[in-house]
Amino acid sequence: MQNVDAINSGIPAIPKDNYLTNGFSLKSWLLTKDHKRIAIMYLITISMFFMAGGLYASAIRLELLTPETDLLTSATYNKVFTQHGILMIFFFLIPSIPAVLGNFLLPIMIGAKDLALPRINLLSLYIYWIGGALTVFALLQGGVDTGWTFYTPYSTTFSNSYVMAVGLGIFINGFSSILTGLNFIVTVHTMRAPGMTWFRLPLFVWAQYATSLVMILGTPVIAITVLLLAIERTVGVGIFDPAIGGDPILFQHLFWFYSHPAVYIMILPGMGVISELISNFSRKKIFGYEFIAFSSIAIAVFGFLVWGHHMFVSGQSIYAGMVFSFLTMVVAVPSAIKMFNWTATLYKGSISYDTPMLYAIGFMGLFLIGGLTGLFLGAIGLTVHLTDTYFVVAHFHYVMVGGQVIAYLGGIHYWWPKMTGRMYSEFWGKISAMLVFIGFNLTFFPQFIVGYQGMPRRYASYPAEFQVLNIFSTAGASVLGVGLVMPVIYLGASLINGKPAGDNPWMLPGLEWRTSSPPPTENFEKTPVVTWEAYEFGEESGLDLDGARRRDQVSTVV
Amino acid sequence: MSDKHMETGEGHIGYPGYIGVFTILVVGTIFTYFSSFWDLDSIFPGANTLLALAIAFTKMTFVMLFFMHVYWSPRLIWLSAVASFFWLAIMFAYTMQDYFTRGLGVFSV
Ligand SMILES: [Cu+2]
Repeated sequence: MQNVDAINSGIPAIPKDNYLTNGFSLKSWLLTKDHKRIAIMYLITISMFFMAGGLYASAIRLELLTPETDLLTSATYNKVFTQHGILMIFFFLIPSIPAVLGNFLLPIMIGAKDLALPRINLLSLYIYWIGGALTVFALLQGGVDTGWTFYTPYSTTFSNSYVMAVGLGIFINGFSSILTGLNFIVTVHTMRAPGMTWFRLPLFVWAQYATSLVMILGTPVIAITVLLLAIERTVGVGIFDPAIGGDPILFQHLFWFYSHPAVYIMILPGMGVISELISNFSRKKIFGYEFIAFSSIAIAVFGFLVWGHHMFVSGQSIYAGMVFSFLTMVVAVPSAIKMFNWTATLYKGSISYDTPMLYAIGFMGLFLIGGLTGLFLGAIGLTVHLTDTYFVVAHFHYVMVGGQVIAYLGGIHYWWPKMTGRMYSEFWGKISAMLVFIGFNLTFFPQFIVGYQGMPRRYASYPAEFQVLNIFSTAGASVLGVGLVMPVIYLGASLINGKPAGDNPWMLPGLEWRTSSPPPTENFEKTPVVTWEAYEFGEESGLDLDGARRRDQVSTVV
Repeated sequence: MSDKHMETGEGHIGYPGYIGVFTILVVGTIFTYFSSFWDLDSIFPGANTLLALAIAFTKMTFVMLFFMHVYWSPRLIWLSAVASFFWLAIMFAYTMQDYFTRGLGVFSV
């Protein structure tokens, strides 16, 4: 990685002004309009939410070490898993890749100076902070126990936990997501550099664009739903409570109209990162560019037609169940298209197993399992047996953690040298990537089995015969925990004593690798003119291929 | 989208136009209130709701076209506006697909 190539050698040794050195005061950060600084502030905040969510997860796993209700009371356990879900979904997974990597890289990847609406971008960060602070405050006051899904009538009529305060936090936070989505769409439409046509956009940008569509179209619905819930809880207007003329299933319709597409808000950006990693670390033009680009859009659109698969056993009509079951099978197709194209890209590629690529390969395996078990749950017959068991828990953790978190970590490792100008320890990077992979599988694979055998989710106790598999799970969680803490240490250390990364440490053609590391505040010294196709490793890209080959020869194989 | 009127702070139809639209909204609201006292449901069930929704829809169209300037906007904005209604239609249609078929089939009485 430290090989000096033709592009790097042309750069003088004098440190240039970059976005990090452009002002050191607190004010220069808090009032910045620079998308890169905003991304860094998002990175710090969501990492804290991730750790908080992780602590709740450890509490869950420790409680489930024994069949009895011993470490936590049942009431506390309800709050713990609810808060784990709320923090992880609304405050980590949804903003993770878009707000951090998307914010930092989307303008650079399309050759723009910033996002189209820089002030709106800062506003979205503040909204996220306000929503987050309110939620944390409510959690400290006593928290919620409804499950992250806030199902009625429990949430409206019976629960006396802080439903309203957390609901308000999520309501406010939603606007942050809407503004980010809006900003990305406007930016992609109006800010592309000369020559950067739609079909030269990196697939990461396509994925962000598709995600933004879902954010804009879906998030208002959850906001309205939370508002309706609040109206019923405070004023007593009958919307969801049958006793006063409402219908509890209506809540589930509205909630899942957003929350199923929200799954795609969480996974689509991850798929975008994986497209980058697979193509770039195979040094091969991605197979089926258009198919991958349009499959992102197809997922965004068809993702809105399947929400009823969360309601098969909740009183929805059999006919609606059949339609939603069928459409669920249909929406699997575009994800499968991506998997096939990534595999075809790897074929005869010149693959190097650097840390980000280890994450990408891990993603492919884990997302495959997560996606295919989704089909089990979408099948209207089998799902009756599997509903509300640990099989569901295992399925969505394979998609959310095995998919999105792994892709996020891969993306962080991949772009870290660009974001900070420093290279982290490749040795520890690989160790941690493998620990995450092993720990993850050890945690969640047993849950498929125990769920299939009938262990229900959301209980603090369980029959003694499930204990062995639960011990596996808790043991795996501790390995996973170590694997996730390690990057904090070695990435942190790289800021102090990491080797300077150079502008293009991986020898890649993308626009983000053609500016300095870290990039200057205006991203490029002069507006780039794009004359090459995406993922072009030939001479057309204007890159020094000999340098690339030299680098390949010294790259270590795990 | 050349907003030369925008710079004067008056918008495309000026203050009289905006006041006109506002009047339509107020009249619509009053009309909705009084229409709820008529027994239209005797004509066919749900007629009252239908009328109220029709008034609401008209009011909303005025707001979108004039207050939100969609009327003078380029095609892409029109497309986005129409698409959002299409999305709303999806939400309603697929939800109603459940409600209208409850109790059919094996669970019918
Ligand atoms: Cu779903």
